[in-house]
Amino acid sequence: MSDWRSKATLNVLKKRAELLRQLRSFFFERDVLEVDTPLLCQHGVTDRHIENLSTRDSQHNLRYLQTSPEYAMKRLLAQYGHSLYQLSHVVRDDPVGRHHNPEFMMLEWYRVGFDDDQLIAEIGELLMTVADAPPLVKLTYQDAFLQHMQCDPLTPAGIKAIHQRLKDDERTKDWMASESDVDTILQVAFNLYVEPQLSLSQPTAITHFPASQAALAQIDSKNPSVARRFEIYWEGIELANGYYELSDSVEQSLRFNKDIAARERAQLPYRAADCFLIAALEHGLPPCAGVAMGFDRLLMIKTKETSIERVIPFSYTSA
Amino acid sequence: MANYSTNEFKGGLKIMQDGEPCSIVENEMVKPGKGQAFNRVKIRKLISGKVVEKTFKSGESVEGADVIELELAYLYNDGEFWHFMNNETFEQVAADAKAVGEAEKWLVEQDVCTLTLWEGNPINVQPPNFVELEITETDPGLKGDTAGTGGKPATLSTGAVVRVPLFVQIGEVIKVDTRSGEYVSRVQK
Repeated sequence: MSDWRSKATLNVLKKRAELLRQLRSFFFERDVLEVDTPLLCQHGVTDRHIENLSTRDSQHNLRYLQTSPEYAMKRLLAQYGHSLYQLSHVVRDDPVGRHHNPEFMMLEWYRVGFDDDQLIAEIGELLMTVADAPPLVKLTYQDAFLQHMQCDPLTPAGIKAIHQRLKDDERTKDWMASESDVDTILQVAFNLYVEPQLSLSQPTAITHFPASQAALAQIDSKNPSVARRFEIYWEGIELANGYYELSDSVEQSLRFNKDIAARERAQLPYRAADCFLIAALEHGLPPCAGVAMGFDRLLMIKTKETSIERVIPFSYTSA
Repeated sequence: MANYSTNEFKGGLKIMQDGEPCSIVENEMVKPGKGQAFNRVKIRKLISGKVVEKTFKSGESVEGADVIELELAYLYNDGEFWHFMNNETFEQVAADAKAVGEAEKWLVEQDVCTLTLWEGNPINVQPPNFVELEITETDPGLKGDTAGTGGKPATLSTGAVVRVPLFVQIGEVIKVDTRSGEYVSRVQK
């Protein structure tokens, strides 16, 4: 227990405080309201790839530490129709890694009246303003695969070719032969073949993810095989994930139920759908786009640190 | 042998891959904000020595490898096997040429080596980082020369050949770094 000191230098902590200040002023100037929604909530997340940590109060009431402030912020959006942002700690039951700390700072914001294109443009402006980023480039998920793998991730033939490449790859051949989940195949291929080819110096928005990976994004009305979901990559880091937000409460309920069934198949603990969010969507969510950005990762890029534990006061293992 | 979940992966963990025991060199978790998490792992195959990259789906289990490392003193070579002994239990282990490999030229009697055993059989012999060996053959150097002129080759009692400074002579004992095969210093007898 002797190693009580922070791994972040005072200079990095000053940069951290400065970045918080810069972000707050960026949103203040644009009339985006800061909110701070609860960390402890009655519902967790149904997504089978995200695990909540939870706790109980002295009355034995179960509370989930939030993995993202998304649901609570959407309730405020439905009630007040005002653009919002939040800078808050979130918690995910994930292993520690170079880019991962189970407790981390999320910057999440919602723009009422924006679509995904407009929000991506604003993300580009934000990165330029607070992190001296060069202009952001855009690339669809499909084009990213076509450029770097010469395969179309949206057609059965293309997916088959991508799967074959993974079956032939020394790194993945052992388990790829028996893998049938298309999204898993695409995610591994993206990670092994596409991501390393993306520009390091320029932030890149990968747009129009396959509809099967829509999460909470709307399906594209012009092309139902894709969703209006995007991710931002910069300096080899996955920095943000955003949507033109799904506002249809029936569709949202269906996706929750799909998630819950997938959790059961994977023998993961049951998570009830957040009935407050469904009720808020029934009331009506204004058309909006939203994005969640890893604040600590942005600070890593700004300070050129290669490990997240160097940009936060105390990491999970020393907290 | 126990199975290990990818969550337990860390440097030094011994697992089976491609029918060969392997040691994890580096483990990096890749967890996208949305979707499947992976472990990108660098492993060293303990028999071939090759380092390869593997990607595992997080949460999957991998068979562990029954691998132990023992510190044993080198005894002698009987022409076919190299014999080692545990200095505390006096238990002996015999390693074949395949396991000894390159280490052969650094084996000095009584030196403590690290032997890797898979299912009880030696698969690798790691000599100490530094060994002291006598020079059996080298060109007589120029008198008064100092180190740092590139040196000359010298053959050691085990057959190993290393570059030594010109002033080092036949019959002298030198200290060698077995990891790089480089001369370190002369040893006072």
